[in-house]
Amino acid sequence: MTTTEKPQEFKVVGTRPIRHDGIDKVLGRAVYGSDVRLAGMIYGAVLRSPYAHAKITKIDTSKAEAMPGVFAVMSGKDMPLVASGALDLGETVDDTAFTSDRVMAHDKVVFKGHPVAAVAAIDQNTGLEALKLIEVEYEVLKPVISLEDAMAPGAVVIHEGLIGDDLGEKVNNTNIAVHNRSEFGDPEAAFAKSATVLERTFIISRAHQGYIEPHASTAFWAPDGKITVWTTTQAPFGVRKTVSALLEQPLSDIKVIPTEIGGGFGGKIPVYLEPVAAVLSKKAGRPVKITMDRRAVFEASGPGPGGTIKVKMGVDDKGKITAATADIRYGAGAYPGASINPATAGIFACYEVPNVRIDSYDVVINMSKTAAYRAPGTPQATFASETLVGELCEIIGMSPMDFHLLNVSREGTRRPDGPVFPRIGNEACLEAIQGSEHFKSTLEPSTESKLRGRGMASGYWNGIGNKSSVTINVNEDGLVSLIEGNPDIGGTRTTIAMQAAEILGLPAEDVHPAVGDTDSIGYSDLTAGSRTTYATGTAAIEAAKMVIDEMKKRVAMIWETEYGNIEHVDGLFVSKVAPDHKFTFKEAAGKLGQTGGPVAMTGTVNVRGSGGGSFGTHLVDVEVDRDTGKVEILRYTAAQDAGKAVHPSYVEGQFQGGAVQGIGWALNEEYYTSDDGVMVNSTFLDYRMPTSLDVPMIETIIVEVANTNHPFGVRGIGETSIVPPAPAVANALANAIGVRLYQTPMNPGRILEALATKKTGK
Amino acid sequence: MATVFLPMPIRRRIGGEPSLVVEGATLRQIINNLEEIIPGIREELIDPELDDRVIRTISAIIDGEAADMGLRTTVGENSEVHFIPAIAGGAPIPLASQDGNRSKNRNEER
Repeated sequence: MTTTEKPQEFKVVGTRPIRHDGIDKVLGRAVYGSDVRLAGMIYGAVLRSPYAHAKITKIDTSKAEAMPGVFAVMSGKDMPLVASGALDLGETVDDTAFTSDRVMAHDKVVFKGHPVAAVAAIDQNTGLEALKLIEVEYEVLKPVISLEDAMAPGAVVIHEGLIGDDLGEKVNNTNIAVHNRSEFGDPEAAFAKSATVLERTFIISRAHQGYIEPHASTAFWAPDGKITVWTTTQAPFGVRKTVSALLEQPLSDIKVIPTEIGGGFGGKIPVYLEPVAAVLSKKAGRPVKITMDRRAVFEASGPGPGGTIKVKMGVDDKGKITAATADIRYGAGAYPGASINPATAGIFACYEVPNVRIDSYDVVINMSKTAAYRAPGTPQATFASETLVGELCEIIGMSPMDFHLLNVSREGTRRPDGPVFPRIGNEACLEAIQGSEHFKSTLEPSTESKLRGRGMASGYWNGIGNKSSVTINVNEDGLVSLIEGNPDIGGTRTTIAMQAAEILGLPAEDVHPAVGDTDSIGYSDLTAGSRTTYATGTAAIEAAKMVIDEMKKRVAMIWETEYGNIEHVDGLFVSKVAPDHKFTFKEAAGKLGQTGGPVAMTGTVNVRGSGGGSFGTHLVDVEVDRDTGKVEILRYTAAQDAGKAVHPSYVEGQFQGGAVQGIGWALNEEYYTSDDGVMVNSTFLDYRMPTSLDVPMIETIIVEVANTNHPFGVRGIGETSIVPPAPAVANALANAIGVRLYQTPMNPGRILEALATKKTGK
Repeated sequence: MATVFLPMPIRRRIGGEPSLVVEGATLRQIINNLEEIIPGIREELIDPELDDRVIRTISAIIDGEAADMGLRTTVGENSEVHFIPAIAGGAPIPLASQDGNRSKNRNEER
């Protein structure tokens, strides 16, 4: 662990207690989305479009409705046609009308797998049989799958009503939803004066988060109009808002109960099944559960976008960056909303670049709408910028580490989209890698059959702050229960409880955390944006401080002295005027009843920004089989700034998980799609994600450059780790095989092709 | 006085000037004073529904961090104020999705 300054003293923060939910998860007792069982519950099934682009000319559900065992059938006509409007989900902003159309097609399907109807039946098989009785007639339209086709003049327009925004100019009849630009300085003039200028175009495939647990939602629409939803989600309050907007029901009539979540990575922010289950429940008068199968998850939920990124960078004769430009084009899927804005913020964030221009395009194509995927939009853009830097270093004969350190962004550097960085840990991460045993080691030389190479890359994710609530209840036995509103996707129950325990002077085990439903805890933004340990932890600290303050008042009453005479030191309440008066927290908690009742406090916060985000640098050694093109990761080290690691094991786990997802994106993963927009590898057998057998133990270095926005210096760290892997692997591959690859996945086929090209010179 | 960096569309409208120096102790005062320089910008930036924050598709960033108190967020004498597209996932949705005349319910439409 690398620390750059004298740390605060902690008793709980920085330790590694056993996670509070560990036993339930190990023993299979934890309740996930599809585990929900309710009295009278029936099962939903969704009919999905076989076409990527078609008008619905007729839907006849009469035969399905008449089938024994079927309780309800619905289609788009059963959902309100809501008006367009901004649906603010905390980190992301969607359009209400588009979201409604995405959840259930109204008159047109715009991606393969688009829901067109649904049934609720006594069991799953009856539901699936009933779907076969629904007659749907389509007028099939030409699908628009590639970015080139979507952006070409005269392209088939997917949404006739979409008004594009081209740098503020309204554009009709377009698939380009948004064209943004961020610019400062004069890049062209700077390029003209540069010693070396390099421009390359990169292609990166869309990639799925690959969470093991499929989407699963249960809803009950009670006769009194109250709707209860049990669902696997990163955003229970976002689900409440979306269901309210799509079904035009009062927000407070909807209660969302988040189940345990078996992975999300951003993909469980959007709503898919909840409104459908609710409508079916209203029709059937029973709770309805719907679970996606894996094909539906791949075809109809939101992966991270693919796209093309053209990058140009100039340097002076000493290797100092003079200017950089980028043209980022992402395929958003069937509705606007690719992550072009964070891509703009992140693409050159690791460097001080005096002249910048970044154009970004959010393009609609006939595939499922993309969603956030761990540092949304940024791994793709950074694959381009950091791979370009690797090649630039080769050309100018400079080591990548020296180049990074010479050009490193630090406090005061202007980010590519404008704002200036506060204190950040970019340089400290580079120095941590530079000082690592891995960096200092010598890579074994290549042989005739095995080609070996080393590569590095850095990455950045800003993250968010936003709103959170935490309630702490003091029990009479001196333990406390803590309720928070963020589903736990990375051990955040424990990291939030640990921050409260630090203030309360209790061991982490004495704080019992639980994730509340939307009726039992104050509003909390989503579990995403690397915000939960950071922002909800801040709310826990606030609540704990309020508890201590109230306990001091109560202790003062017991000791019949003034509040100002009570101190809370090292977990003890002590009297300044009577030194023999001491209570442990537990002793004080047992005496609260006669001092005004129980102590229960809620901390609420709206945390301002992330405090500069988290940087990371990764180093990787690869070995390429010359005959088969297979790549083996020999060694991998990830260094990242955590500000202050609350639970170092979970921080290391996030570094490792993100690195492995990034390696998969680099080497294997892609949506293999036919010309008519059908994904043909929609199983985990064919969509090849790395497993523990495919990668070595990822070595980690936790860097701690304190975040001035957080009382303990904590930074959000969940996402940065997926940003550097693809370019680090690309640079290592180039080092190994002597040829550059500009497209993911860098799979055996492409590697063999590159080797053949190198050999023939063609 | 604060330095205000404008979104590219507005920057283009006023001749490409990347930033303006504007007086104001809060974000609301900054936007009100911007209105004097660029008529109509207040309507483009402020959420009409709530009148206490910028529109949802824009993030107001003051000295590198989000304006957590909406239009009440304080702005320092030497602050930098940026208006940039909302971060992460959410692209601006400038459209009435269909033909602008969606009825309450498809059944009623038919």
